[in-house]
Amino acid sequence: MAEIKRLSRERLAQIVASEIPDGSYVNVGLGIPTLVARYLNGSKEVILHSENGILGLRGLLEGETGDVDLINASKEHVQLVPGSSICEQATSFAMMRGGHLDATILGAFQVAPNGDIASWSTGDPESVPGIGGAMDLVAGAKRVIVTMEHTTRDGKPKLLERCSFPLTGCAVVTSIYTDLAAIDVVQGSGFVVRGLAQGVSREQVQALTGAELHWCESVATLSH
Amino acid sequence: MINKVAASLSEAVAGIGDGASVMVSGFGDSGLPIELTHALLEQGATALTIISNNAGTGDRALAALLAAGRVRKMVCTYPKSSGAHVFASLYKAGKIELELVPQGTLLERMRAGGSGLGPFYTPTGYGTPIADGKEQRIHEGRGYVLEQPLRADFALVRAYQADRWGNLTYRLAGRGFGPVMCMAARHAIAQVDDLLPLGSIAPEAVVTPGIFVARVVRKDNHG
Repeated sequence: MAEIKRLSRERLAQIVASEIPDGSYVNVGLGIPTLVARYLNGSKEVILHSENGILGLRGLLEGETGDVDLINASKEHVQLVPGSSICEQATSFAMMRGGHLDATILGAFQVAPNGDIASWSTGDPESVPGIGGAMDLVAGAKRVIVTMEHTTRDGKPKLLERCSFPLTGCAVVTSIYTDLAAIDVVQGSGFVVRGLAQGVSREQVQALTGAELHWCESVATLSH
Repeated sequence: MINKVAASLSEAVAGIGDGASVMVSGFGDSGLPIELTHALLEQGATALTIISNNAGTGDRALAALLAAGRVRKMVCTYPKSSGAHVFASLYKAGKIELELVPQGTLLERMRAGGSGLGPFYTPTGYGTPIADGKEQRIHEGRGYVLEQPLRADFALVRAYQADRWGNLTYRLAGRGFGPVMCMAARHAIAQVDDLLPLGSIAPEAVVTPGIFVARVVRKDNHG
């Protein structure tokens, strides 16, 4: 098979950020989602939430020093934006579980066409497990957006007919952005592709996906 | 007269006995009562059940208690932060019990416990291994898991200011788990940066009312 040109992590993050509406309250997870946050801090007022009780945060500017009591879910130092608020953690999780966040953007190991997501454990009994706030986020956010590489490091599909790893949530994912495609999870249809990385064919993406792909009438081209 | 001010950090933790359950505030290092955990280490209580978001990083605070073999069981949400090498080696050697709880469920279990509520239904973890062995039900088309309230014998929390009645304020996002742990513990102990005269904290600025707090101590009061 010819070499496939995948979207860079930065470009992928930019695409996701561009689809978040102005005025949204959004929680971003580790990895690519953290990059999304960088591209969100632009012209739009998108308010970032961190599970430790911060609503309205931003990354540190160059030369800015951190504060031990201002961190995000990745335990990185952050700063507050004007208009931000801080609450205790149970209230923060009421925002998450209670359907108050417009979107959560997180990574995953596996996603299935029914919206199941596995993101916290590979089932390996030797490794220390950790859940944190992921199960609450996927249970409650209005949109659950997964950003991840389309395949594992050794080329295996991460989009599967059924997740084989322990689930984080069932039937919760609303859309997936990979380095090959933008895919909506549609009840009754499953994976519906609405964007395809420039230069990548439908057959190529299907071959790297462990479940049937459906196609929007007009599939957008995601430029590199 | 009410005076909840402990004479020193060691006096503040003196009553914690072997086998006690202890909630410890903190999200990473934010809101972590480092000085109180070190006082507990010196005090010597063992076979503890520690309830905390993380399971210690580096070699201090919770990691120091774990390394000294004082902890029988960890109840936490994310014990695999970078630098959590002490917990990882105990876990892999089968030397510690782990109860892994989704973070919002842990918080709500404490809130329920502290508020006098019984078991409650949450959508978090429905259909996942977390729900195994628990009652699950569908309500208005959505799946829920039945979770139990959680209390503890003690809580160690880091607050910012206190008065002698135990009223507390917190600093920035150091607030975190403090308020809910003070409610859920039978005996909450707060270390603070500042002790203020009664009446100096504006009533509406009090985050944890003193009724939930048993002891307060300055974090630098080593006695």
